[in-house]
Amino acid sequence: MFQTYTYPEYAYRQSEEQRSGQARRHPAVVIGAGPIGLTQALDFADRGIPTVILDDNNTVSVGSRAVCYAKRPLEIWDRLGVGEEFAAKGVQWKVGKVFFRDELAYQFDLLPEAQHKMPAMINYQQYHLEERLVKACEASPLVDLRWKHKVLAIDNRDDHAVLTVQTPDGIFELEADWVVAADGANSDTRRMIGADFTGQFFQDRFLIADVVMKADFPTERWFWFDPPFHRNQSVLLHKQCDNVWRIDFQLGWDADPTEEKKPENVIPRIQAMLGPDVEFELEWVSVYQFACRRIDQFRHGRVIFVGDAAHQVSPFGARGANTGVQDCDNLGWKLKAVMDGVAPLALLDSYHEERAYAADDNIGHSTRATDFITPKSRSSLRLRNAVLELARSEPFARPLVNSGRLSTPTPYLQSSLNTPDSAAFAGTMYPGTNCADAPIRKNGQDAWLLNQLGQGFVLLSFGPAEPVTVKGVTAPVLQVGRDIEDAQGILTQRYDGQPGTVYLIRPDQHVAARWRRFDAAQVQAALSRALKLN
Amino acid sequence: MQLIRTPNIPDQDLFYAELINSQRDMSEAQADMAIAKLALILANHIGDREVLSEAIALARDNTLANAPGDNA
Repeated sequence: MFQTYTYPEYAYRQSEEQRSGQARRHPAVVIGAGPIGLTQALDFADRGIPTVILDDNNTVSVGSRAVCYAKRPLEIWDRLGVGEEFAAKGVQWKVGKVFFRDELAYQFDLLPEAQHKMPAMINYQQYHLEERLVKACEASPLVDLRWKHKVLAIDNRDDHAVLTVQTPDGIFELEADWVVAADGANSDTRRMIGADFTGQFFQDRFLIADVVMKADFPTERWFWFDPPFHRNQSVLLHKQCDNVWRIDFQLGWDADPTEEKKPENVIPRIQAMLGPDVEFELEWVSVYQFACRRIDQFRHGRVIFVGDAAHQVSPFGARGANTGVQDCDNLGWKLKAVMDGVAPLALLDSYHEERAYAADDNIGHSTRATDFITPKSRSSLRLRNAVLELARSEPFARPLVNSGRLSTPTPYLQSSLNTPDSAAFAGTMYPGTNCADAPIRKNGQDAWLLNQLGQGFVLLSFGPAEPVTVKGVTAPVLQVGRDIEDAQGILTQRYDGQPGTVYLIRPDQHVAARWRRFDAAQVQAALSRALKLN
Repeated sequence: MQLIRTPNIPDQDLFYAELINSQRDMSEAQADMAIAKLALILANHIGDREVLSEAIALARDNTLANAPGDNA
């Protein structure tokens, strides 16, 4: 097969503790150097937690796998110093077209709100993304990335865990105060811990192919229901970098994965789709089935699950990696506060509370898209096709067409960390939503709000306010008009920032509470609540 | 009153899921029967003869305009 990408081979190094045979206790060990494990390690390092990553392999993701990255994960990566590069290198797109049989049924535009630093959506091969994250981990003095380290067993004790690890030099043990399992949908860690992972399996098989071609298809997401070149099934075409295109064929439930993967079977399918004159090369082919499942508890003693190890979704809507990155964002500051002794263990349980809620929301979206794309009965197929036939002329039917609802953050509206509003606010932000970005000016230079929020809690104020401290945790003040300037008025509009308004913002850039007037006692109570101190 | 042809259902994804899930554990004939009954229940609820005529004409014309004889 053709290659646009050369897989790096990272060097295995024997660790000092394996050489000496003396087990060391590490504050945090992350299992799995995929996009989520690497992101978690960068977030931990950013918060001052020395982190060891163990990976049983020594390269990045084979095949591009995850493709679409949404605005919120890009904002999180921007906080970690790599977001700008992803946004610059990834393919930006906003138009999606849906075809039924041989005609366009309708098209949509993501219509991203202007004046955000990060785009609504980019496409970027997973191997590129991982390679950049590896580089960032290697550059961090607090990340110790160990390749060819396979975890064989975990002893989950009261106040730490003991990991039995195999390397080319044999087997050794290391200890961790906390273990983060980021080892994917088939997580060995989950199996070793004995956690339940339940949900719905889907019977249909899909063929996924990355194809290299110089075609002048527009940079749009094209989705076909029942096209002439692949009757009774669905097909997706999406552009990546380096002239690589993602093509996804639904194969039905009775397809033979080994046969379907053979180039002599794949190539004619793609040629029929692209037309006889388009030259292309296969870069990567795989056949998969999927499931929508979630782990019972995101934390089992000293072992915490993130990403696909905690929840698995169908690919429609790009909800896998995108939601995994938000797990990391949610977990990092909470674990740091618990490690520092400024918050009780209950704060870590709010990681399960908030992210299991988000996982269920994602699973719901992805299940509904899957049910639309692969109807389970003749009658639901007929309803689906009725929607598609109506969509061409009837606006009412278009929102019912579901080829995947693209990933947006799930707001933690019911979270126990929130302090409910006591006054009316206009706009789309509430306690529990992630902060909207906005263009601002700082020291006479153009800048973005999210880049000013810092590492910890912060009080974003549209009037006088003072720093508030609870149990050694201080929320400093970022005052509009004093520290930053809202030259265009967009910040004030997005936050309904009438004079005097104050927002208490969490370290993961989510709204914890807000008021129309600064009151130190109320802020203190809300900060305590967001740390689970009361 | 005119037939509403623009989106008018809040939480349309949850509505659609409820609709197809309502056919779970039904035979094909039962599922067809349930959809036919649903059309009659909704028609009765709407009541307005002009709106119903418009809806009937739309369903007929749209179906005949698409892939004649298609059995799906």
